[in-house]
Amino acid sequence: MSKLDSKIPEGPLDKKWEKYKSSVPLVNPANKRSLEIIIVGSGLAGASAAASLAEMGYKVKVFCFQDSPRRAHSIAAQGGVNAAKNYQNDGDSVYRLFYDTIKGGDYRAREANVHRLAEVSGNIIDQCVAQGVPLAREYGGMLSNRSFGGTQVQRTFYAAGQTGQQLLLGAYSALQRQVGLGNVELFARHEMLEVVTIEGKARGIIARNLITGKLERHFGHAVLLGTGGYGNVFFLSTNAMGSNVTAAWKAHKKGAFFGNPCYTQIHPTCIPVSGDHQSKLTLMSESLRNDGRIWVPKKIEDSVAIREGRKKAIDIAEDDRDYYLERRYPAFGNLVPRDVASRAAKERCDAGFGVNKTGEAVYLDFASNMKYKYGKQVAIVKGIHNPTEEQLHAFGKEVVKEKYGNLFDMYKQITGEDPYEMPMMIYPAVHYTMGGIWVDYNLMTTVPGLYALGEANFSDHGANRLGASALMQGLADGYFVIPYTIGAYLSGDIRTKAIPTTHEAFEAAEKEVQARIDKFFAIKGSKPVDYFHKKLGKIMWDKCGMARNEAGLKQAIVEIQQLQKDFWADVRVSGEANELNPELEKAGRVADFLELGELMCVDALHRVESCGGHFREESAETSGEQEGEAKRDDANFMYVGAWEYKGPNTFELHKEELKYEVIKVSQRSYK
Amino acid sequence: MSGNMNLTLKVWRQKNGGSKGELVTYPVSDISPDMSFLEMFDVLNDQLVTEGKEPIAFDHDCREGICGMCSMHINGHAHGPKDQVTTCQLHMRSFKDGDTIVVEPWRAAAFPVVKDLVVDRSSFDRIIAKGGFISVNTGNAKDANNLPIPKVDADKAFEAAACIGCGACVATCKNSSAMLFVSAKVAQLSLLPQGKAEASQRVLNMVAQMDEEGFGSCTNTGACEVECPKGISIQNIAIMNKEYLKASVVSEQEAQ
Repeated sequence: MSKLDSKIPEGPLDKKWEKYKSSVPLVNPANKRSLEIIIVGSGLAGASAAASLAEMGYKVKVFCFQDSPRRAHSIAAQGGVNAAKNYQNDGDSVYRLFYDTIKGGDYRAREANVHRLAEVSGNIIDQCVAQGVPLAREYGGMLSNRSFGGTQVQRTFYAAGQTGQQLLLGAYSALQRQVGLGNVELFARHEMLEVVTIEGKARGIIARNLITGKLERHFGHAVLLGTGGYGNVFFLSTNAMGSNVTAAWKAHKKGAFFGNPCYTQIHPTCIPVSGDHQSKLTLMSESLRNDGRIWVPKKIEDSVAIREGRKKAIDIAEDDRDYYLERRYPAFGNLVPRDVASRAAKERCDAGFGVNKTGEAVYLDFASNMKYKYGKQVAIVKGIHNPTEEQLHAFGKEVVKEKYGNLFDMYKQITGEDPYEMPMMIYPAVHYTMGGIWVDYNLMTTVPGLYALGEANFSDHGANRLGASALMQGLADGYFVIPYTIGAYLSGDIRTKAIPTTHEAFEAAEKEVQARIDKFFAIKGSKPVDYFHKKLGKIMWDKCGMARNEAGLKQAIVEIQQLQKDFWADVRVSGEANELNPELEKAGRVADFLELGELMCVDALHRVESCGGHFREESAETSGEQEGEAKRDDANFMYVGAWEYKGPNTFELHKEELKYEVIKVSQRSYK
Repeated sequence: MSGNMNLTLKVWRQKNGGSKGELVTYPVSDISPDMSFLEMFDVLNDQLVTEGKEPIAFDHDCREGICGMCSMHINGHAHGPKDQVTTCQLHMRSFKDGDTIVVEPWRAAAFPVVKDLVVDRSSFDRIIAKGGFISVNTGNAKDANNLPIPKVDADKAFEAAACIGCGACVATCKNSSAMLFVSAKVAQLSLLPQGKAEASQRVLNMVAQMDEEGFGSCTNTGACEVECPKGISIQNIAIMNKEYLKASVVSEQEAQ
């Protein structure tokens, strides 16, 4: 099966979803009660899908590896959630949100999916408010908005710097309500380790009870994966420590194609790496770029002096500072999209202008807005006409504290430096993966009955995701898309009785999982799991990170294949299988990351163009105003690269051509 | 980059819920002050694995202070010595070279130890399942701005909703009371107009479940607020007590 059918409904773009909803087959309430759905992952996508499907009457089982569904990594999202409400009367519309998302994704996303996303975005806000999610409000009692990168309207709804937390707790509450009503059975501290397929259809999973170590078999008429992204393949990322690709990877090996694995989002404003001990990186919200100016010294000797501790940021005169984003992109300045900002930081640091000990950091400086924008405003209100620099600083500090206080506190806690007095030091870090399991319009993978939702799928963000769109997509998929689209499949499955888990397919899948676990313990090697994970991360970051080239990627593939061999020969997994064993959990996840890393490099190698977060050094503009910028190759690469697993180290490419019927494809320019 | 701090850790080790635990002493060396407390545990665990010993099990996930999974009782304080900081955001610069640090799990009857520093907090999920929600099905919502909510109320509700469900309040309370956790959710929903319809039922059911889980009573010592890493206020407990009293007196509806 080489032809990918995206199952996009016929008709004009803005009528497709409406028409689909009124024509999709339904499942009657009596039949819903005998249909079982397994949902793996309890983040925004998983929890919202579980609550909605259970409300509809399906029997739902939810699995998460954390001790509670409330801890899924959606909780850490800071900035906000986009919706085309046009509450600010600034000209926003469904079409504009759709257009910004396609453009931001560098014309590598599917029109029909993204338009649907924009259509349901408003419902998300309504639903969350009805649930009691305390989004930020104005004094008149109306909802408040802020702006994010890549847009010219204010459409981002938020709850301080904790929007993900509030939205997830809303979905979690809805989920727990269904647990209390007996419509959802919850399996916390359970990790899915295999998909069970029967006659080509997904019919259940094998999960390990992380407390007892026991392998469990669970049947479902359909299996939904809301298991998030795979940024932790880089070891260091802003993802949670437990975030992993295992569920998605097992699905891939059971026949689900993997779409655009090389599309990785490297977020420009993260706290830089401070040393080898570091276990994770921390994001500083994109919203900070509204008030912070990014710079490095103009003179390389100043950068050297700063690195050696002889100078500080404040010692560099205004004229000796290079506000390189404002210099290179005067139209968008500090608010260029994430991929562009990240590459620009790397370019300066590679050229030797980095400002911390490792040479990999740039300044994010609030001083000028703090003093001359906010400080001055306050001074005027207070009637002080000739404020001193100290007064301006003090006044401005209070305003900045109210806007970003929790982020500044977090920065101080991690780095030990006070960002109110010194500019922040930031550097790009892995944050999100646009790639994921290939799905059709119904969110179904290439395995019938197996679905992927939220970050786990590839569908909506193309080659680069805009800020505040991840929360929107996760909730759209769970609350408003899957409840409809799953009917298209389950309506044909109403005569299928629950299959007993004594079926040979369950038997075989469990044996496979058990054999893998036994193998880990049998190796008795000399190095802990993290040793291999860190090595993989370094290969990926150096050769499949912000800039990629043919030689580097080829070398990375060789190195990863060698690392796979070393891992299976020399890893040491301590403890036992029949108990809580975090080392065993990590071993399984890293084994899968080692295979995924190879596929990411294979995908990056084949895509000889630059688009969004995927920058191939061979494909850059060589002259004119856009010199050095990413160069897409629409003639040869306007497709989704969906990879089929064909056995160890072997992947076959399938292409889904992208057709733009409504949007005019053009070069992204932020100059 | 290794550092120059040498420390002595006394860590609670317990094979599983059924076995007896004990404090075990581990020296750790070359610790950088820039490490987080959990990164120091990573170093120790790598060392233990390399020596062929079993690493220490501890809960953690986001490592940026928001998921609520980390849960260490450090030198007698939930989440360690600093105010409004979770264990994962605690850094070694808060300690001195040569310090001895005692690390224990949360201690509460309703949070049984699973292994080493890991406890079972599923009682919190069961309390939420009894009423920590607004009963609105997907698709039933009206336009969000049709319901203006005064900023003051929205802000107060948000402050209560900022609870991360880590359980530090319970671990800190001499009675192992869960009042701060439960009241934060009750207060959030009762402050908002959307939550009023089922306010009585909610508070009665959640409190009943809290009691059933074996959490202790509140004696107003205020320790929970002091140790809460998110600064959740005990005013929420006052709000919940008011809601509870109102529900008990006025409502004819019994807890279901």
